[in-house]
Amino acid sequence: MTRNGLLLLIIAGLLLGGCSSMKIEPWVKPYERAHLADPIMSFSRDPVADAFTTHVYQAREGARGAENGDGGGCGCN
Amino acid sequence: MAATERTTRWLCAIALLATSTGSQAGVLAEDRADAMYHSYDGGGVEVDGPSILVRKGDGKRFSLSGNYYVDNITSASIDVVTQGSKYDEDRTQWSGSIDYLHADTIVSAGYTDSDEDDYKAKTASFNISQSMFGDLTTISLGYSRGWDDVYRNGDSAFKETADRRNYRVTLTQVLTKDLLLSVNYEAITDKGFLNNPYRSVRYLDPGNPVGYSFQPEVYPKTRTSNAASANLLYYLPYRAALRAGYRYFNDDWGIGAHTAELNYTHPLRDHWIVELGYRYYQQGDADFYSDLFPRKNARNFLARDKELSEFYDNTVSLGLSYNLPGKDWRYIDRASLNLKYSRIWFNYDNYRNIKKTSTPPGSEPQYDFGADVIHAFISIWY
Repeated sequence: MTRNGLLLLIIAGLLLGGCSSMKIEPWVKPYERAHLADPIMSFSRDPVADAFTTHVYQAREGARGAENGDGGGCGCN
Repeated sequence: MAATERTTRWLCAIALLATSTGSQAGVLAEDRADAMYHSYDGGGVEVDGPSILVRKGDGKRFSLSGNYYVDNITSASIDVVTQGSKYDEDRTQWSGSIDYLHADTIVSAGYTDSDEDDYKAKTASFNISQSMFGDLTTISLGYSRGWDDVYRNGDSAFKETADRRNYRVTLTQVLTKDLLLSVNYEAITDKGFLNNPYRSVRYLDPGNPVGYSFQPEVYPKTRTSNAASANLLYYLPYRAALRAGYRYFNDDWGIGAHTAELNYTHPLRDHWIVELGYRYYQQGDADFYSDLFPRKNARNFLARDKELSEFYDNTVSLGLSYNLPGKDWRYIDRASLNLKYSRIWFNYDNYRNIKKTSTPPGSEPQYDFGADVIHAFISIWY
């Protein structure tokens, strides 16, 4: 499982490079991304606070993992 | 008594956060420093301490971050007072990570070290994020590996180890000009000594005046879990944000769990941001969990950890942020003051309050408690 998982990650990483070069017309144009670039449109606006909140729940609940969405915004800063 | 705080899970979480949530693919995270005071008070457990998080990059390709975190713990939880005595301990954690940006790819590596009297843990993590399709899609892949040493205070001959691996995939997708989607999947495997070396289970014992006795917990040596979540973030027409999320969890110990969250973020005038949140969590119990076993050594595996019982909790939170009006600060671009308060209500369905001794074993009232969680922090960008 672990060796296969690591191999899968490496292969997926290589594939990601290929996907990034595909030319797909963005359906949300760069000039339409003002709302997405607003700081309030972040899944994790304050990492120090989000890490603490995750800790509070992980210490007291049986579930773990997949806690927070990464990043946010539009990557257009 | 470190295991009550589940150090290792925290390590995995912070390692992943340090390497994956600081940056959006294609854009390194901003240079920033946060100084936080955190406090948890509930169920006889008090935890507080500082957390300092600093991030600094070269403005082009590299960004470094470091975190110093302390838990000062005083525990008189129901586990502790019914099976031992109140204790105090400290946990200190250091972590660091480096992000490297190349075109639309960010590669991150991190390391975390946690130290307590009876629990030492090290975690290494690796993350790669790729932005694609005109920056509308970001995929992140993460892997972390943890090595833990478990000790037992008062027993110098006791030493166990645990090995942990996390595999994480995250897809962040721009759906419309006002709507973002994040989908996450994480698999975690543990191997080694996974239970708390101090905790016991109780079993019926007619020979004991109270009707029951205790024996040490016995957990399986392995655990594999899967968690999948989806979060939507929507920009409301009057500049506010609404976030909704759901997570499903299961593991090979028999625990299934659901988490649902709703958060509302509302800027007020130029400087204030108000946040309101609600979270619901429910889980089933582990296959080898019982509040009261019928006899000693009733099964191969035995647990009476309330975190493995059937229960639910509700959280209501309120946060306030104030962005300081910056004008002539020499090295600081901007700063904010932040305060957040959460109230959590825990309600257990098969974990009984054995401090209530007036009823026969197994008929005590179900345990419940409330917790107050506060964190206050100042953030500066430079």
